[in-house]
Amino acid sequence: MTNTEDRWAGERLMESHFHPRQAALNLRDAWSSWNGYKFANYYYDAEYEYFCIRNSCGTYDICPMQKYEITGPDAEAMLNRMVTRNIANLKENRVTYVCWCTDEGRMIDDGTIFKLGPEKFMLTCGSPCLAWLRKSAFGFGDVTITDMSDETAALSFQGPASCEVLKKLGLEGIETAKPFDIMHFPFQGGSGKELMVSRTGFTGDLGYELWIAPELALDLWDALYDAGDDYGIHPYGEVATNMARLEAGFIMPDMEFSEALKTIHFQHDQTPFELNLGWLVDFKKPHFNGRRALLQDRDKGPAYKLTKLDIEGNKVAEGAYLYSNRRCTQEIGYITSAMWSPVVKANIALAMIKPEYLEGDIWAEIYYQKELRQYSKVAKCTVKNKPFWRPARARATPPPGL
Amino acid sequence: MKQYDAIIIGAGHNGLTNAAYLAKAGLDVIVVEKNDYIGGAAVSRELHEGWIYSNCSYVCSMMRQALHRDLNLTRHGLVLVPYLGTVGFGDGDRPLISYHNADASYLELRRHSPHDADSMFRFQADLARYAQLIRKTLLRTPPDPTSFRPRDIQEMLFLAKQFWMLGEREIYEYMRFFTMSAAEFLDDYFENDLIKAAMASPAVIGTALGVYSPGSAYILLHHVMGDVDGNIGAWGLARGGMGAISTALAGALQEHGGEIRTNAGVERILVKGGKAIGVALEDGEEISARIVVSNLDAKRTFTQIIDKDDLPPGIYDKAKNFKIRGSSGKLNIALSGLPKFTGVPDNRYINRGGQLFAGSLETMERAYDCWKRGRWSDDPFIESVIPSAWDPTVAPPGKHWMAAFVQYCPSKLADGPWTPEKRDQFGQTVIDKIERYSPGFKDLIVHMEVRTPHEIEAEIGLTEGNIFQGELTLDQLLFNRPFPGYAQYRMPIKNMYMCGSSTHPGGGVSSACGANAAREILLDLKLPNTVPEDDCYDE
Repeated sequence: MTNTEDRWAGERLMESHFHPRQAALNLRDAWSSWNGYKFANYYYDAEYEYFCIRNSCGTYDICPMQKYEITGPDAEAMLNRMVTRNIANLKENRVTYVCWCTDEGRMIDDGTIFKLGPEKFMLTCGSPCLAWLRKSAFGFGDVTITDMSDETAALSFQGPASCEVLKKLGLEGIETAKPFDIMHFPFQGGSGKELMVSRTGFTGDLGYELWIAPELALDLWDALYDAGDDYGIHPYGEVATNMARLEAGFIMPDMEFSEALKTIHFQHDQTPFELNLGWLVDFKKPHFNGRRALLQDRDKGPAYKLTKLDIEGNKVAEGAYLYSNRRCTQEIGYITSAMWSPVVKANIALAMIKPEYLEGDIWAEIYYQKELRQYSKVAKCTVKNKPFWRPARARATPPPGL
Repeated sequence: MKQYDAIIIGAGHNGLTNAAYLAKAGLDVIVVEKNDYIGGAAVSRELHEGWIYSNCSYVCSMMRQALHRDLNLTRHGLVLVPYLGTVGFGDGDRPLISYHNADASYLELRRHSPHDADSMFRFQADLARYAQLIRKTLLRTPPDPTSFRPRDIQEMLFLAKQFWMLGEREIYEYMRFFTMSAAEFLDDYFENDLIKAAMASPAVIGTALGVYSPGSAYILLHHVMGDVDGNIGAWGLARGGMGAISTALAGALQEHGGEIRTNAGVERILVKGGKAIGVALEDGEEISARIVVSNLDAKRTFTQIIDKDDLPPGIYDKAKNFKIRGSSGKLNIALSGLPKFTGVPDNRYINRGGQLFAGSLETMERAYDCWKRGRWSDDPFIESVIPSAWDPTVAPPGKHWMAAFVQYCPSKLADGPWTPEKRDQFGQTVIDKIERYSPGFKDLIVHMEVRTPHEIEAEIGLTEGNIFQGELTLDQLLFNRPFPGYAQYRMPIKNMYMCGSSTHPGGGVSSACGANAAREILLDLKLPNTVPEDDCYDE
């Protein structure tokens, strides 16, 4: 063969800035994908990695997450017009959680806004959002939107030992960072490059996100893994993340909500009120996208309400329908995510339920398989108002010791 | 004088569980504990600065998750973390590594014996089937087979149905399994010495039997029927040490208004007119209660803290002869670094879990021979775990502690009583053996606690240092535990109950004994039952 060209090049996924280290640790070759990047489902064992988040510490590659820099005198006004939350009071070096909607008040995506300077913001989100950002900037004079997704290396670093490890890494004063704070540190002395650290994450536990220039990604990885070696540092993938976020009660696209711009049927997407994100909608601030529809939705009441359920027994209620009685004659909703929670020792789920039925009995019809045979059971559900897992260390500043 | 609804003697995990359920039902309860710390054999103690030892029990797989969930133990600080990667060391060069991944595990077995790699599938399925049946009985009160009360008949039918569902052949197999030796049982599956030894190790742990002794097969099952989050046979660690279990149970108890008093050893259970009416403490104070629950083992309860004259005839002798022989010792070793083992690749998954210094069935049997002659084994069987490699809270960063469980070690030596010198010689024997597989191990030791049955009994009151509060042989199981006719937690003195591991379902940090006893007490008090009856794994 003389032709050494990769005939499948067009089909191959991109590799993240941390790929060389992550590939070496992915003993199971368990890959999936996220926004065109090769992305680990898990590395060694999903449950082991989940316990790193809850017991020691672990890293999660957020290079594939979308990151946009929005700068200029009108940046703040433009973002405030786009998202439902009021970001006018957001201070520099602070992060806030936001969502944004269509004119019909249906949720497009959720994400975080980092205020990095008076006229400099970073928006992060799960799915590409450039087109919507451009549309939202229409009419605003001086805004520049730059897609930084491929030019930023980012690593989520979560778990009870995370603060200790960052201290060991030499990040002086990191323990003073409050939730949603941003701090900047020089990285590798004279390189002139900085490491940005935000106290954010998607696990409901103590954790941080690390942001650095791509050319320093592997150096950061090596330094972090060196510092974390005595603290059980380990990479975790999509499966462990999904477990941790469900315990924390966080929503996931394609699980709890269908992104409005990708939804075909007009009732298959959600409003923030349906997703329990009413607290993100600020009607007192100047006009924002979807305002009128959301006002209506608020007054009329949502069709469904995202609800946390504790389900009797241990059969995971994935895909189950919910009923108001044991005989399953009146359907009242459906499960969006479900799992056995190893840390809480409970059979937990998120569900969309018609609000008028929330006060009554809730039963889940669960199907499960045992050695190729299908079984079903009807299990009683209890509504939980608080996250299933919410340790004090996730909010404490400084975080307590290990 | 204040009268409590119930006094629970001994703040071990079963005592705390029992008290928590009684308090939850609205009773006014107090737990009295002789030590100045709670937990009994589920404790975390800092004997060397920076190192938190789980001094006694050190791993956990039997904790009933229904109880964990029901008592909100996570909210009270309990997190159970699974650990991976046990390595079995034989008499030959190549250790047997148990990988977490099924394929890797199969390939490893095949490197030792292709036959056994195949056979492992059948072995695991058979064990799982046996364990499934036993597991269903854990949170149920054993029926009295001689009684005609509707509840006993109903429970007998339940048991019969479970048996019947195993299928005809399995009923025969089950009866064999209860009475045969671990070695015979394993011979049916395996040919490789090391694989057999590694599989046999759970059969003798905590028991004064050898791998060739009849009855040892059942104990194997008792150790593999636990699970961590549905991973049957998996073992976990309590974050912060086993004391975290006791602390969480105490938290649940206090949430419901229960009291705990430490430094309050019980001298005697007070009995009047055939009824228990309270306890007298060692300092002379008397506490009265409608109900007295003993979490001490059966032998200690009936021969040490009850007046013989208060007992109906026969009970004292039954208690005196209760089989509760000490057979094991334990070393808690603080290490300045992670030990490396010959022939074991150094990676985070397999160099940091458990180690079985098992040798072969022959080695294990010879170790038992020493015990029979009143000596500790000169080539002991050791099961060790390095919890600090999984739990960052129990040793300083980069430092480690190893829990080494050792068989055999008798409670009475043939050449006179235990002395500190003999205890240290025993410890030396153990680390000499570990050093054989891990050259340089001794240089890592910064502190060591050696516990023989003598220390275990003196400190936490387990007769002869038997970790199960009585051996787990068929004559002392189910409706025979602790004694025939007294398996339903009610004792021969009215208003007196037992809730420790001397009762069904026996030893292990399961909380099941304490919970089952609470259910019976609530039944007698005509209060609604609030104790879960099922862990619902096999529904």
